[in-house]
Amino acid sequence: MRQYMTLPWWSWLLMGLGLALFIALVALSIRRNRGIKRSLFATPYVLWIIIFTVLPCLLIAYYSLTDASGNLTLDNFRTFWDSNHIMREQLRGVAGDEIAATVVRGSVNVDTLVYSLWMAFLCTAICLLLGYPAALFMADRNMKLGATLVVLFIIPMWMNFLLRTIAWMSLLEDSGLINSLLRSLGLGPVQLMYNQQAVLLGMVYNFLPFMVFPIYTSLNKLDPKLGEAAADLGCNPWRTLYKVTMPLSVPGVISGITMVFMPSVTTFFIPRVLGGGNTQMFGDLIESTFLFSGDWNLGSALSLIMMVLILISLSILRKADPNGEGGGIA
Amino acid sequence: MVENEHLIDLNHITKEYDGVTVLDDISLYIRRKEFVTLLGPSGCGKTTTLRIIAGFETPTSGEVLFEGRDIVSLPPYKRRVNTVFQKYALFPHLNVHDNIAFGLKLKKLPRAEIDRRVDAMLDLVNLSGYGKRRVDALSGGQQQRVAIARSLVNEPEVLLLDEPLGALDLKLRKGMQLELKSMQQRLGITFLYVTHDQEEALTMSDTIVVMRDGHILQIGDPKHIYDEPANAFVADFIGESNILRGTMVRDELVHFAGQDFPCVDFGFGEDAPVDVVIRPEDIMLVGEDVGQLTGTIRSVLFKGVHYEMIIDCGAATFKVHSTTMQPQGSRVGLSIVPFNIHIMRPMERPGREG
Repeated sequence: MRQYMTLPWWSWLLMGLGLALFIALVALSIRRNRGIKRSLFATPYVLWIIIFTVLPCLLIAYYSLTDASGNLTLDNFRTFWDSNHIMREQLRGVAGDEIAATVVRGSVNVDTLVYSLWMAFLCTAICLLLGYPAALFMADRNMKLGATLVVLFIIPMWMNFLLRTIAWMSLLEDSGLINSLLRSLGLGPVQLMYNQQAVLLGMVYNFLPFMVFPIYTSLNKLDPKLGEAAADLGCNPWRTLYKVTMPLSVPGVISGITMVFMPSVTTFFIPRVLGGGNTQMFGDLIESTFLFSGDWNLGSALSLIMMVLILISLSILRKADPNGEGGGIA
Repeated sequence: MVENEHLIDLNHITKEYDGVTVLDDISLYIRRKEFVTLLGPSGCGKTTTLRIIAGFETPTSGEVLFEGRDIVSLPPYKRRVNTVFQKYALFPHLNVHDNIAFGLKLKKLPRAEIDRRVDAMLDLVNLSGYGKRRVDALSGGQQQRVAIARSLVNEPEVLLLDEPLGALDLKLRKGMQLELKSMQQRLGITFLYVTHDQEEALTMSDTIVVMRDGHILQIGDPKHIYDEPANAFVADFIGESNILRGTMVRDELVHFAGQDFPCVDFGFGEDAPVDVVIRPEDIMLVGEDVGQLTGTIRSVLFKGVHYEMIIDCGAATFKVHSTTMQPQGSRVGLSIVPFNIHIMRPMERPGREG
């Protein structure tokens, strides 16, 4: 078991190169312009991104393609696809091909991924269904409560994400607020925690603002005259919503979907706290592979698969909003 | 041309926002095929009046009759009027064709019929072949014409236009004024036009409604409004004017600028305070010895067609337009024909009812 690995030699080289480049640029621009070039101010950020984003990504790719002793291998990806393949190999050496062939494909990793995608999809869909009307309400200039609602959505975000999730425990647990209420009404304790619904509830609760605010922003930017123009041309309020407001808020919706879907797929704390380990999601799997199994190579492979999936979904979403008008990351 | 039948009647319309009165007891009628212009400075209530007719605002009190039926509670999408908005409000997610077809598609017309009518509209506004363009790729003038086409294609009873030419440059504006007017005459549609540009109003309208601070000051055809302004404000707003305080000595004799002048107005009573309005082009420059007034030229400005001179006559200062220039500092005589001296009571509030 290996908790901390030494970095490969080339990562040090890359960091050194970055630092050298930074110093060289500063020296050069000071000499040539007798002052500091404006683009130079970007260098710390570029450097930051190289060290803390680009380099870790390269490291993950590197680890996922090597084994514990640093040899190139695709074994980690095979383990993702078939978690029993190592056992089968070992059995083949001991008991022969026939017995080894009886070991079925281990589908834990793939199943967890599919389950995570499904949960993320559900969470995104629920957030969209709840969030769009909320955003509509908040952006409506005739609604005096709109501004209040904006604040109400922001306040919980000031509190720590973990704290908010733990707070749900005290509501949902057997001796929690809801169950005490039910008990006093004679409806008995109901199992509210440690199931899929509780996890979904926690996810929707935590990620809903990320759906509401991009949509709210794009609705807020809409010229109210467009709604009047639609009414003027014969649209009743529902048709105005369907023919003008909704099509024009697509960038916000896409941005919202991105910002909910991505953290939903990778979430790992909520299922552990509210799901009680009964429902493992891909984020939990990656976390436990790194921290409990200590298998950095397999963990990296799983992370890489996750990353590729996210990149693919981002590029699909990007097609629908080519100008990035939603103001999100997509 | 203009028919006698009333298409729209506004009866005693009052509109308040949070206790502030923006329209105060407005009464007005619009006849079929009439080109009516609401004219006034910003904040006078002209746009609010238009929005009440369109259905975007509900009057605090009063009634809006459309062909004799009260439509105050009718939502905008059920009214047979269409609006051309100040900044056009074209749908950015639709191309030119789909913008214009918007209203027709709602009526579930057959596709071929929609295409035919949209193409005819594009022809009318000189945008044939622009159907597939994005609206934000068009120039201001083109967007404006798309906005007009989008409204006109629905064949509304009344077209409401809210300062539609405000965002265009002078030359384009002049061209569009003529185009709009000829379009209105050809199609025989009633136009209600809102503007703060008096020249635009004079050029296009059958009837001008001059508004200020939520009141109607005067209603009349352009020539009447220009020649016989109801009060000093209208006179000042429509064209340039010299406005002086004066006293009506008796019928057909008015005292201002320290002298008595013969005029053609009567019925004000004796020694009544009045506003005297004289257009700058109605003051003639004559020899110093033959003028009714004498004065010194303070400044001379070349304005293209004429010179604008400020003449100091001691008791009053006059703005005079003349095609012949007099040098600055020279003494001149001023002469005013009685017909060109307009006498008016300080501020009146006319309506147009029944």
